[in-house]
Amino acid sequence: MLNYIKLIVLGLITLFALIAANFARDLAYLVNALIVAAAAGGVFLWVLRGIDEPVVKRDLSGEYMDGVVRAGVIATAGWGVVGFLVGVIIAFQLAFPVLNFEWAQGYLNFGRLRPLHTSAVIFAFGGNALIATSFYVVQRTSAARLWGGNLAWFVFWGYQLVIVLAATGYLLGATQSKEYAEPEWYVDWWLTIVWLAYLAVFMGTLVKRKEPHIYVANWFYLSFIITVAMLHVVNNLSIPVSLLGSKSVQVFSGVQDAMVQWWYGHNAVGFFLTAGFLGMMYYFVPKQAERPVFSYKLSIIHFWALIFIYIWAGPHHLHYTALPDWASTLGMVFSIVLWMPSWGGMINGLMTLSGAWDKLRTDPIIRMMVISVGFYGMSTFEGPMMSIRAVNSLSHYTDWTIGHVHSGALGWNGMITFGALYFLVPKLWNRERLYSLSLVSWHFWLATIGIILYAAAMWVTGIMEGLMWREVDANGFLVNSFADTVAAKFPMYVVRGLGGVMFLTGAIIMCYNLWMTVKSAPAVKSAHAAVPAE
Amino acid sequence: METYSLLREFADSWMLLALFLFFIGVVLFVMRPGSSKTYRDVADIPFRHEDKPAAAGDIPARARDAKEA
Ligand code: HEM
Ligand code: HEM
Repeated sequence: MLNYIKLIVLGLITLFALIAANFARDLAYLVNALIVAAAAGGVFLWVLRGIDEPVVKRDLSGEYMDGVVRAGVIATAGWGVVGFLVGVIIAFQLAFPVLNFEWAQGYLNFGRLRPLHTSAVIFAFGGNALIATSFYVVQRTSAARLWGGNLAWFVFWGYQLVIVLAATGYLLGATQSKEYAEPEWYVDWWLTIVWLAYLAVFMGTLVKRKEPHIYVANWFYLSFIITVAMLHVVNNLSIPVSLLGSKSVQVFSGVQDAMVQWWYGHNAVGFFLTAGFLGMMYYFVPKQAERPVFSYKLSIIHFWALIFIYIWAGPHHLHYTALPDWASTLGMVFSIVLWMPSWGGMINGLMTLSGAWDKLRTDPIIRMMVISVGFYGMSTFEGPMMSIRAVNSLSHYTDWTIGHVHSGALGWNGMITFGALYFLVPKLWNRERLYSLSLVSWHFWLATIGIILYAAAMWVTGIMEGLMWREVDANGFLVNSFADTVAAKFPMYVVRGLGGVMFLTGAIIMCYNLWMTVKSAPAVKSAHAAVPAE
Repeated sequence: METYSLLREFADSWMLLALFLFFIGVVLFVMRPGSSKTYRDVADIPFRHEDKPAAAGDIPARARDAKEA
């Protein structure tokens, strides 16, 4: 019966998407409608093929649901490579503007590719990493199978659809021009549905947990899911101009809109790129180090301090704007206070290794996790400093911000994710060990040197251009034109691009290593019953 | 008073106080006597159910400790 309802709904979605494509008012909407029709049609056929198959009821409550985690691991690695590749392309487009090819204007120029890069790395790479690891961790630490059966698969595939719709939309010009929230209204609506399903799966699993205590990693994951839901809905309040076109109009305007945007933007950093990834840290670092977290008390204080403070720090993105001074001061003060819980968390992560420091020498995966936590500490020191108004007047609009972003993103988010992937793949595919530890070392060094080249180049060019912009001669005239600063930045842009190439190479090596692990590493000798493929 | 000023005033005073007290409460709660033992136990959660969920009849670790004590 349920299958028939599914078929009717999917058929209707396909039909309406095709009608919408027929009447589409712009190209992006047309293409997105066709993608929706193809996706719904595909699922329709898939349901249809299995429709009257006898359903074998098997009691699955005795095993974890790992199929969706495996899919998430593959998606993370794949989208990661795509996102880094686009990053490398735009880095070289900045260095060599001819790479904005004439024939591809309006599709593959810097302006179109940049949001593709940011969304691909944050939401496709980071988001898939978060969803996959949260599903893995919440099951292990609750000692319960994921709640909701195939709802978890809906979350996974629904999220991939969001990514594909957003990416194709950007290239064809659908954007609501809000950084990190570029997708247009229909993608926002769909993401809201998927995200609520995600929340339901996660909460449902917590509710039926067998461990009386909710392990701290789950607190971080949960705060990430709830906060992102709230931020996403408020920042995307917009009214579509037409139901048959991609354009929409924001409900807020002026400085209110700016404040909502950076309340969103900063907490995307705070809850997506920080809280969620801290959840990863609190599970995978202890697991890989084979010892419990340094101080559980500290981890609880860390959690509450972090979520209480992050929410207020958004105004540091809007210094010297129409925002009232009190708000900008508030943001600055909270940003500086934020230094403490951030470093509390870093210390907790690093000290988890105390008594096992020798592992740093022997285990490249631990090394990756440690350097990740180290970069977390670095960018959360740099951030509070940049939020001081006087410093921000130098750093704002310069590449210093870009350097800050990438020391956090490549160093912290990238490295902890790589560490988690190296940990997960042998477990999920039932392998004794990774295919090659020396390839992990190669990845580690390529990525580390790549990040250092990237960050160092951006610090130099950022401070240089900041100083050049404010340089005045004896009569009070500006000394440099904008084009002078652009010319002066050229060498650093090339160095940054090379750093990106190294980081990308490392990620490709990782994909090869993980692939070979699944294909050819020896299977675990059946200590526990083999996990059936789902 | 307009909504803005009203909300501003509330946020600056009672709400701020409430959030601050809640936070202090959390810190004190974490430091409560006997918490070290509890937290030593829960810090081990990641090492318990690596391969499969707890079986239906399993007694959770803490309940078991309490019974033995
Ligand atoms: C191979 C690695 C990467 C390279 C070469 C790269 C390159 C770039 C470039 C050239 C820009 C534009 C800067 C500008 O407009 O001046 C950029 C922006 C950005 N990238 Fe990356 N990126 C890489 C990896 C990542 C990763 C892994 C993340 C996040 C997890 C990330 C997040 C961002 C963000 C958030 C921005 C926007 C920064 C802002 O607006 O201030 N990138 N990246
Ligand atoms: C204590 C923690 C942090 C504070 C106080 C902080 C503060 C700041 C400040 C002041 C800016 C520059 C705003 C501007 O001038 O426009 C900024 C930009 C940024 N930060 Fe952080 N940061 C912190 C941690 C992090 C971490 C860990 C990450 C990434 C994982 C990160 C990602 C970003 C991004 C993506 C931007 C660029 C926003 C844009 O597009 O303009 N931050 N941050």
